[in-house]
Amino acid sequence: MADATTTTRTYAERGAPANAAVANPDPRTIAGGPVAAPAGEIATSPKEADVRTVDGQLRIFTEQLKLANEGLAPEDRRNFCDHPPEVIKPFRGTWEKFLNWARSESLWILGFGTGCGAIELRPLMTARFDMYRYGIQPRPTPRQSGVFVIGGYASVKTMKRIVRSYEQMQGPKFVVALGSCTINGGMYWDSYNTINRLDHYIPVDVYIAGCMPRPESLLAGFVRLKEMIRAGECEGANRYAENFEWYKTNQKRIIKNWNMPDYNW
Amino acid sequence: MTVLTKAFYTLVSLVVITVYSLLLIGTMARVRAKAQGRIGQPAYQPFIDIIKNNSLRTGVSHGVMFFLGPVFRLAGGLGTYLFIPVIFGSAVFANFSFAGDLLLVMYFIFFGQLGMALGAGESGHPYTAIGVARGLAQMTAFELPFALSVIAVAAQHGTLSITEIVAAQQGGVANWVAFTNPLAMIAGMIAFLGMSGGNPFSVVLAPQEIPIGPPTEMQSSFLGMLQTNRAIFNGAKMVLFMNLFWGGAAHESLIVAILIMVAKTFLIYLYVTIVGASFPRFRTEQSIRFFIGVPTVIGVIAVVLQMV
Repeated sequence: MADATTTTRTYAERGAPANAAVANPDPRTIAGGPVAAPAGEIATSPKEADVRTVDGQLRIFTEQLKLANEGLAPEDRRNFCDHPPEVIKPFRGTWEKFLNWARSESLWILGFGTGCGAIELRPLMTARFDMYRYGIQPRPTPRQSGVFVIGGYASVKTMKRIVRSYEQMQGPKFVVALGSCTINGGMYWDSYNTINRLDHYIPVDVYIAGCMPRPESLLAGFVRLKEMIRAGECEGANRYAENFEWYKTNQKRIIKNWNMPDYNW
Repeated sequence: MTVLTKAFYTLVSLVVITVYSLLLIGTMARVRAKAQGRIGQPAYQPFIDIIKNNSLRTGVSHGVMFFLGPVFRLAGGLGTYLFIPVIFGSAVFANFSFAGDLLLVMYFIFFGQLGMALGAGESGHPYTAIGVARGLAQMTAFELPFALSVIAVAAQHGTLSITEIVAAQQGGVANWVAFTNPLAMIAGMIAFLGMSGGNPFSVVLAPQEIPIGPPTEMQSSFLGMLQTNRAIFNGAKMVLFMNLFWGGAAHESLIVAILIMVAKTFLIYLYVTIVGASFPRFRTEQSIRFFIGVPTVIGVIAVVLQMV
């Protein structure tokens, strides 16, 4: 199924995103990552807190190191969630294995095309590739979707929608990053308005390399995702909750006009 | 028979119809896939989807009414099913049918959608409101030929009891309402297309038009509940139409009677699926015009023929 251009890698296989020896591929993000620098370390550092208020951006954290939906009009704030996502531990043993099996056999893709790679998603629904065979089907609303396929480059403008949609999805949720652009920026590496590395902004479970990866590669990625879900390796939602401040800080560094809620349910 | 025994029997019947109806939904998805040249999802996919949705770790409620929306919907589905006798002459599959059950069933078909409208309204999502408005408009339209065909059948047999209508159809194919009162059957079966929400009347739940209408904000176990209800409600409606027009399911042996029920409901659902695979989607106003046109006229003629 997989062709030569397809590589799917897990988060653990890639190791820490960046450390002292390796240059941070995206200078706009905070060096380190969810693995190398836990959220608490960033949040409790007073120097970092100062940094967050500069750049002419909206303030990222309040003095209590809390996000306060500041991008919203005061009358709108009460309509939105005011607390960060929480880590929900999986069950143990056979029951969780059974649930993971069900999750892996019922992958509902969020049908948003977030980049040029979305064109590779459409053929999956057709008779030639027929993703329904694998229990994969598109859903039009983030509320009901479990898999977010980021189709190629993510411009800063799109990142706003990606972040909101991702946060509105109900966990456990999985992210498949399609194309080279999501790994290191690809051909948009030095673009002024495109992010380079997706997992600095939302947790990614499977990368599918290529420009463009063919639908077969995408299917191979889904098969790999299913294996990982069954093995209990896809805890992206919990990783996002654990390192919420790190992710939020990175997001706010690139999204200049943050006119949306800080928290979503 | 005590009420408890009857309740236990009804529970058994409910489990049977839920499992059967979920399998039927999965099978029909495969039939549609075949029409499109695909292989399609496994027939048991609806079960996995329900397990998955109920096993999600988070869920968002927007308030009491939002929570009660799927509950009302499920109550509507259960209410419809619980008062329809599934197998004629069987104690286990008689459910809670009584003398005036046909009227109550017609009410329950409406009830779920109204509850859903309240629940979806509280989510605050504009698409749910649009979906509900479209759904209720379409429902009001197909209710017209459906009610007329039911009135024609009730007048034909002089009763509002589904059991008695089924009893009157026993003794051969020629006694089925489909042949003794074909106009009522035609109006009813056209209304059934709208009731099932398949093409060409699928705009209410169409992902491409508005994000899936009323259930837009429903997720996790809310959606799981709606999916379970969909199976029960579909099963109930198919059994109702089998009873009204196609002679019901009756045999000395319960197993054979169940097989008859399975065969007839399968064909009724297959008819909906084939129509759905063959026709494009109507807009809401088109479907309303359609229902209050020819099917309603047929229904009126069917009623008038019973009166003269």
